[in-house]
Amino acid sequence: MFHGACSLIFESMWARLFNVGVESAPDSIERFTDTDRIAFGCPQFNQKKSMQASAQIAFDDASFSAFLASRQEPEWLATQRRQAWQAFGELDWPNRSHEEWLRTDIRMFGLQRYGLDSSPPESVELPQPQLAAGIELGGATVSLDSSSVKSQCEARWQERGVLFGDLGKLVSAHPEKIQPHLMRRAFDVNYDRFAALHGAWWSGGTLLYVPRGVVVDEPFHAFSAITDGGVDLGHTLVILEEGAEATLLSETASLNPTAGGMHCGGVELVVGAGANLRYVNLQDWATGVWHFSHQKAVLGQDANLQWTIAAMGSRLAKVNQHVGMVGPGANCQVNGVMFAEGRQHLSYHTLQHHEVASCHSDFLYKTALQDRARTVWRGMIKVDPQAQRTDGYQRNDNLLLSTSARADSIPGLEIEADDVRCTHGSTTGKIDEELIFYAMCRGFSRREAVRMIVTGFFQKIFDRITIDSVRQALGLAIARKVREYD
Amino acid sequence: MTDTLEIAGLHVSVEGKPILRGVDLRMERGETHALMGPNGSGKSTLGLAVMGHPNYEVTAGSIELNGENVLGMSPEERARAGLFLAFQRPIAIPGVKMADFLRHATTNVRHPERKEGEELIPMRDFRKELKGKMEHLRMDVEFARRYVNDGFSGGEMKRAEILQLAMLQPKFAVLDETDSGLDADAVRLASESIAEIGRAKMGLLIITHHDKLLEHNPPDVTHVILGGRIVEKGGPELAVELYQHGYDRIRSQYPEAEAQNQQMIQQEETV
Ligand SMILES: Nc1ncnc2c1ncn2[C@@H]1O[C@H](COP(=O)(O)OP(=O)(O)O)[C@@H](O)[C@H]1O
Ligand SMILES: [Mg+2]
Repeated sequence: MFHGACSLIFESMWARLFNVGVESAPDSIERFTDTDRIAFGCPQFNQKKSMQASAQIAFDDASFSAFLASRQEPEWLATQRRQAWQAFGELDWPNRSHEEWLRTDIRMFGLQRYGLDSSPPESVELPQPQLAAGIELGGATVSLDSSSVKSQCEARWQERGVLFGDLGKLVSAHPEKIQPHLMRRAFDVNYDRFAALHGAWWSGGTLLYVPRGVVVDEPFHAFSAITDGGVDLGHTLVILEEGAEATLLSETASLNPTAGGMHCGGVELVVGAGANLRYVNLQDWATGVWHFSHQKAVLGQDANLQWTIAAMGSRLAKVNQHVGMVGPGANCQVNGVMFAEGRQHLSYHTLQHHEVASCHSDFLYKTALQDRARTVWRGMIKVDPQAQRTDGYQRNDNLLLSTSARADSIPGLEIEADDVRCTHGSTTGKIDEELIFYAMCRGFSRREAVRMIVTGFFQKIFDRITIDSVRQALGLAIARKVREYD
Repeated sequence: MTDTLEIAGLHVSVEGKPILRGVDLRMERGETHALMGPNGSGKSTLGLAVMGHPNYEVTAGSIELNGENVLGMSPEERARAGLFLAFQRPIAIPGVKMADFLRHATTNVRHPERKEGEELIPMRDFRKELKGKMEHLRMDVEFARRYVNDGFSGGEMKRAEILQLAMLQPKFAVLDETDSGLDADAVRLASESIAEIGRAKMGLLIITHHDKLLEHNPPDVTHVILGGRIVEKGGPELAVELYQHGYDRIRSQYPEAEAQNQQMIQQEETV
C-alpha cells in the first residue's frame, strides 16, 4: 500500500509555495529558443545525458526494424505497428494550411533531434507527483523516457481480475483482453503524422483493465517523466467492462523544469455499458517539451465519464480530445484547466460526438494566460442524425493576465438531428481592476488579490472535480504560477 | 493619544474632470460624523479617494492619518493602517468564498507586517470569531460559504460589508449608504450593529439619505457636501433638517456649488 508523501496542511503548503514561488519562476522561459534546449538541465543528469546519446534510436526505417525485433510482441501488434509506420511514411507533417494547425506553428519542431532511449533507466530522483498526495492507491506506474521503472497493482485488485501496470509488458501477457481494444475504436493511426508515429513506436505507458461489475474504490496513479531532451511515447489504454468503476490519475513531469524533449502519445478510454470512469490527466512537462497527443473516449450505453484535463506544461501542446458517445444514455463531463505562461503555446481541440440518442455531454474549459502565452481552444459538438434528445454543453472561458497573451476560442456546433439541446459559449477578458481594488481595500496586496481572483476564476471547475487531492493539486499549481499583473 | 483622520483642501478628479473641489474634514476616533449631500455631490468620490482608488486622482490637498499623509500609500497599505470603506456598490469576486476572503483580509489587517505566504490566523479561531459575529448580525452561517458578493441581493451585500467592518476593526470607516437596499427591519438591525461595532471604537463617517442609521448613531458633526465642496457644517440637528426637508435650502443658499453639482450630473448623463 502506498501513500502520497506529502501530507502538509494546506496553509503551510501555500506558505511554502509563495515563499519560493514567483521569484524562482524561470524567466528563462522568455529567452528560450530551440537551440538552447540541450544546454539546460541539472548537472547531475549530464552524465546520463551523454550515455543516452550513444543509446538513442532514431526514428528511421532501419531502427524501426531493430525496434520491432527487440520487442518480441505478438504478431498482430507488430503488424499494427508496421501499418502505422507505413502511414507515417506516406503522411506529411501537418502545416498551417490544415484547419487544425492554422494557429499552431511547428516549423521549429524537428523529429530528427529526438530518439527513443534504449538504455535502461538509471535511478534518478523523480519529481514529486502532485495528484496523489495523501491518498491510498490501488496501484501505481512510473515511467522514465518511455521505459517502465515501476509497475504495481495491489493484490486485492489483481485477485478480482483487475489488470493495471505497464502496457508494454501486459500486452504480451494478456493479449485476449487488449487486442480487441488497442488502437481500434479510440485511436486512428491515420489521423495525422503524429498519430502514425505514436502507433508505430509507442512504448511504455499504462493499462487499466477492470472486469465486468468490479468497482475499484482506490485510484490508480500513472506517472510519466522524461529527462532533458528525452522522449515519451507512452500509450494509455483504459478498459472498463460493463458496470465497472475506477479512477485513474495520470500526470507527466520533466526532471528539470526548463528542459526540452518530446511527448507523442495516445490515450484510449473504453467505457463499457453502465461503467463509470474518472480520469485525470495533468500535463506538466518542462517548458521546452513538444507535446502531441490524441485522446479519445468511447462510451457505451449509460456509461459515465468524468474526464479532467490540466494543461500546465510544455513548450507547445497540440491535443485532440474526443469523446464518442456510442451507447444511448451515455454521460460525460469534461473539465479543462489550462495555465499558459512564458511563450507557451497550448492548442486543444475537443470533439463531443453524439452518435446515438439520449446522451449528455458537458465540456467546460477554463484558461488563464500570462506573459506572451498563447492558447487555442477549438471545440465541436457533433450530433449525428439519429442522435435525438441530445443534451450538449460546451464552454471556454479565458482570463488574460497580460496584454501580450492571446487566447483563441472557437466553439462550434454541427447538428444533424432536430430534437436536441446544445449550448455553447466562450468568453475572453482580463481581470476587472475594480475587483483588485476591492480586495486591496481589504488588505490584500495586489499579487494576493490577483492570485485569489484567478483561483476564483477556476473555482467553478474545481467545484466539479470530485477528487480532493486533484482539486488541491490543481489549485496550488495555478496559484504558484500567477505572477505580478499589471 | 486619540487617532485622527484629517482631510484638508482635497481636490479629486476623475478622467481629468474635477469632482471634489477643496474638502476639509477632520475627525477623531470615537466620533461619528455624517456626510450628507444630494446625488452626484461627491460623497462616494470622497470615500474612494480616502482608500486610494486608482481612477480618482488627488490633484491637491492631503489625507492624513495621525499626521501621516496616506496619499503615497496603496489601498492595501491604507487598509492595514486602519482605514475602511463600506462600498456603496460592493464588488463581486466569483469563485472566492466569503470565509476565505475574510480570513485573508483579517490576517493582513491585524498583522500589517505580514508578507504574502506567511501564516494566516488559525482556522479554528477564525471560524469561531466569524461565526460569533455572524450570529450577532443574524446572518445565516451559509453566507460564509458563498462567493464574495456574487449573486447577493442589495441587502445581503450591505450586511456583508458590515460583517467585514466587524471583522477588520478599522480605526476609521466610511460607510457609504450602508443602509440602502435594506428593508425597515434590516435597517434597524444594521443601525444597531454599526452602533455596537463602531460607535465607540472607531471614527465613523456615515453617508446616508435615511434617518434610522443616524438615529442609532447620532453624529457629532454633520457635513453637507454640494458640488464637491463642504458647504455647511453643524451638529445632529443639521442632519435631521436635511432628511426631513431635503436639500432645497442648501441648493438655494449656495448657488455656485449648486451650479457645479448640476454640471457634474449633466456631464455624467452625456457620457
Ligand atoms: N468613476 C467615475 N467615472 C466618471 N465620473 C465619475 C466617477 N465617479 C464619480 N463621477 C462623477 O462624480 C460625480 C460625483 O459622484 P459621486 O461621488 O458618486 O456622488 P454621490 O456619491 O454624492 O452621489 C458624479 O456626478 C459623476 O459625474
Ligand atoms: Mg454615492
